[in-house]
Amino acid sequence: METTARAIAERVARTSYGRLVAYLSSRSRDIAGAEDALADAFRAALETWPDRGVPANPEAWLLTAARRTLGHARRHEKVRAEAEPALTLLGEEMDGLAHPVPDRRLNLLFVCAHPAIDPDIRTPLMLQSVLGMEAATIAAAFLAPPGAMAQRLVRAKAKIRAAFIPFEMPEADDLAERVDAVLVAIYAAYGAGWEDVLGGDAKRKGLAEEALFLGRMAVDLLPQNPEARGLLALMLHCEARKRARRSANGSFVPLAEQDTALWSVPMIAEAEAHMLTAARAAQLGRFQLEAAIQSVHAQRLRTGRTEWRALMLFYDLLAAGTPAAGILVSRAAAHGEAVSPQDGLQQLDLLDADAMRTYQPYWAARAHLLARAGKASEARAAYRTAIGLAEDEAIRSFLRRKQELIRAD
Amino acid sequence: MHYMLIFTEPQEQFAERNDPEKGPAYWGAWGAYIAALNGAGIVISGNGLEEPHTGTTLRIRDGKRIIHDGPFPDSKEQLGGYFIIDVPDLDAALEWAARSPSASYGSTEIRPVLPPPPAL
Repeated sequence: METTARAIAERVARTSYGRLVAYLSSRSRDIAGAEDALADAFRAALETWPDRGVPANPEAWLLTAARRTLGHARRHEKVRAEAEPALTLLGEEMDGLAHPVPDRRLNLLFVCAHPAIDPDIRTPLMLQSVLGMEAATIAAAFLAPPGAMAQRLVRAKAKIRAAFIPFEMPEADDLAERVDAVLVAIYAAYGAGWEDVLGGDAKRKGLAEEALFLGRMAVDLLPQNPEARGLLALMLHCEARKRARRSANGSFVPLAEQDTALWSVPMIAEAEAHMLTAARAAQLGRFQLEAAIQSVHAQRLRTGRTEWRALMLFYDLLAAGTPAAGILVSRAAAHGEAVSPQDGLQQLDLLDADAMRTYQPYWAARAHLLARAGKASEARAAYRTAIGLAEDEAIRSFLRRKQELIRAD
Repeated sequence: MHYMLIFTEPQEQFAERNDPEKGPAYWGAWGAYIAALNGAGIVISGNGLEEPHTGTTLRIRDGKRIIHDGPFPDSKEQLGGYFIIDVPDLDAALEWAARSPSASYGSTEIRPVLPPPPAL
């Protein structure tokens, strides 16, 4: 129970914090200033709300705390000068209106994922400005040195301010592209580029919960957008299988061998509901297709089997619009299962050999298909490459077991 | 908000300026663009620049003037001109940058102009 209260308090604190940062920065264009003004209040909320309960008006609480801190702390002279007018104004508005501040978080997401911002820093920027994550935590998740990450975040916020990146909603003809950039950045926080069918290394960033939070927020803010729902459904499907992904002793279990009893039925149901709503818009996109692929895998829960032909079809459609390496390799793997290992290998041979040389999922897929095609020595060599390129010890030992099975033939 | 649009062009395009065959297309494109900028009433100032080889670079090192013939740095694309425009935000500046001829064959950088320092 205590963890639930804690989780709820934290969620409310993050939501309110995000709304306030978004509102303040949409007025001042100064994200760093808004964050600084609210940092102490946010920290205090995270400390006290789980024990004492969430206040009736969380945003008013944060704002009052922020103004009090500013009043006291002379050491924050610079912060005070920049944030005080905005906080005062906001406080007056809220006293008068007594309802939540206008939600500008979508505008803030569009700013973070603006084309003038380096794609690599968009996700960290969102995690910090919208969720209040510390730079050090973000750095750890992205395997970056904390100092360097902090510096890149500061630089990005300075650019938003100096270059006058607009907080207004994008023009209608840009909207789809801009929404896509936001969704891609949210998906990057989730960090699973493809489902682990064959022992491909998925670079998990360990931010699944934060990504889901942002995904739900995107659906709330863009209820008519089918791709936002597609992304949320995709992440929910992957997250539903979290417990089945590792065995009791921590070893890697590929999707095809997972115990479906360990899958989360409520999460799968939630994913399916979002996909259904999305389908009504009749605008198929990349995330809906990826969700559809995960939905096919999820059907094994009911049917006991995997419809590889359906997977192949969805991967063909997906690869036509989004020819990313992970998708192309998964597509070849689906061909290998649906048609024949030879067909899968043929698809792999069509990929850019140079780009694939150090791409681990390619070698995991290739090894699997070669083994199924009965090419023992080639398969052993491909497994060796896949093992050598893997970053995760659980994946390495899984692939070693597969490799030894060939030797036993 | 003031932005400088910085047009950089490869040598081929600089050469087109004086080419009897290609010159009219080159100047036509820039002329139309500059007319559009002026027509929008957003131009603060701007100029085209003579070819890079007409430039001279000066550095002072250890109190000595080092002068060298040509632009700095000696790279593939060189500054060909600039405009300072007054538009509401970066998105509007990007729209104008996208229309510049150099965006298609060289590049166009958008830099916010530094606001004057606050009075002390």
